[in-house]
Amino acid sequence: MAKELWKGNEAIAEAAIRAGCDCFFGYPITPQSEVPEYMSVHLPKAGGVFVQSESELAAINMVYGAAGAGMRAMTSSSSPGISLKQEGITYLAAAELPCVIVNVMRGGPGLGTIQPGQGDYFQATRGGGNGDYRTVVLAPSNVQETADFVQEAFDIADQYRTPVVVLADGLTGQMMEPIEWRPVPRRQLPPKTWAAGGKKGRSHTNVINSLFLNPEECDALNQRLTAKYSEIEKNEVRWDTALCRDAEVLITAYGTPARIALTALDLLREQGIKAGLFRPVTLWPFPEQALRDLAAEAHVRVILDVEMSSTGQMLDDVRLAVEGRKPIRYLGHAGGIMPTVEEMIEAAKTALKEAR
Amino acid sequence: MTAAEICAHRLSIITGHYGTGKTEFAVNLALSLAAGGERVMLADLDIVNPYFRSRERRQLLEAAGIRLVATSQACTDADIPAIPAELLTILEDRSVRGVLDVGGDPVGARVLARFQPQICREDYQLLCVLNANRPEIRTPEAAAAYLRAIEETTGLTCSGLVNNTHLCGETTPAEVRRGAALAEAVSRETGVPVLCHTAETRLLPALTGLDAPVFPVTIHMKKPWE
Repeated sequence: MAKELWKGNEAIAEAAIRAGCDCFFGYPITPQSEVPEYMSVHLPKAGGVFVQSESELAAINMVYGAAGAGMRAMTSSSSPGISLKQEGITYLAAAELPCVIVNVMRGGPGLGTIQPGQGDYFQATRGGGNGDYRTVVLAPSNVQETADFVQEAFDIADQYRTPVVVLADGLTGQMMEPIEWRPVPRRQLPPKTWAAGGKKGRSHTNVINSLFLNPEECDALNQRLTAKYSEIEKNEVRWDTALCRDAEVLITAYGTPARIALTALDLLREQGIKAGLFRPVTLWPFPEQALRDLAAEAHVRVILDVEMSSTGQMLDDVRLAVEGRKPIRYLGHAGGIMPTVEEMIEAAKTALKEAR
Repeated sequence: MTAAEICAHRLSIITGHYGTGKTEFAVNLALSLAAGGERVMLADLDIVNPYFRSRERRQLLEAAGIRLVATSQACTDADIPAIPAELLTILEDRSVRGVLDVGGDPVGARVLARFQPQICREDYQLLCVLNANRPEIRTPEAAAAYLRAIEETTGLTCSGLVNNTHLCGETTPAEVRRGAALAEAVSRETGVPVLCHTAETRLLPALTGLDAPVFPVTIHMKKPWE
């Protein structure tokens, strides 16, 4: 199929419609407002329901209701708005409701800036709400992946009955790129016999709930969730690599910094420096073993983690994976500033010099 | 084709569907006019897009002697659809050539409505930028509907179509020609002539024989890895 020019945020919305999204609930916030804008025009035409909610809290709780009724439900927002949704997300996880949550991250903390950021890694991968839960986190680094991942996210959510987060940054949401609407493999999904969508002749009533006052019952829920998360860790972990075969300096990055790294790699290689990129595609489950194995290779001397975060967040997962086998350096910006190709080259050279 | 030929009027107002490449065209037009010795002012009037704005190329534009009119630094990232007061300088000072970079769709073009009486007193052209690779204007009817809606919102009359069909770094001459066919069909539908096609310099040798002239562009609105 011929390529078309799509903006990341428009592609998110169109992908959801193509994946059979029934309901979208959202509230505008830059830099993701094109998602609800596109949905408001196109989802009703496709037979779905669009509601601009009165707040982010309302939106995520509408997702709870629609997902509980067996609908394919979705919301999207940007960082401060996603913070507001955290209570709803932990309820969705507890009630084992499938849904898709898109976060087009901007600089923080607080209201921060409307420019791109990656400061919500901890929130997305650790479970930003209360209690013990995880959400699958897919991190696209271009518009094509954004279109593909959003479609797949609905299937992953339905397969495991769990919220799935698509974590993009503002630049991926705002930029235009040529993409192809290629078929995304659909999964065999079980019927939603648990949904509270009317009794339909059943003898029992389905109940959607996240309150378990009996501790044994709550413990059983937690054990079930833990088993589910182990299953996801086993089946769904994904990553990508570039020029890693002989890399002496290994850059770890996701989203936009990974994209910038690809250019840096080429320029570093031109200067005779063996640089490679390890890009986690699922942030949870993190590709821990793959990075551990790569870091253990004799040719890898040092790891440089690059994020649009001041403190480094994925950095923790990189450290857990590398287990001190190799030195790890960090390059980061927050507040809407993106690392430049030149900075990345300098940081890679410095890291390598220090490691030698 | 030179910018002076495209800008036969004192003011060039760049409108069109969202994401067609208006800003890239506006920046190239302003730079090309300035290179031809004109006193040029470029106004970033986009109230729709937060990123990829002509104001991000302030250094480049100012180095070329172009005065950039954009919201104050305080408003730059404040997510406020503010219009810079300096815009009036472009409208009133008849010694400058003005390029107005307007936000996409009728929504973005609405900022012009307030200045409609003043603009109508000036020698202006309202240009509509087309890109055949944008899904919402892939048919001539859809593209014409955007053009008419922009005219209706602004109270101004469109006098030229610009075929800016591209696929970022993957643009081929065939893409430009496909865009030319769309522009010609839109022209038949609306009666608005095709003013020019745009193409990166590398594509020019393969683009002979088009009905309208080709305006060469250099990509300035780059992504951080380009």
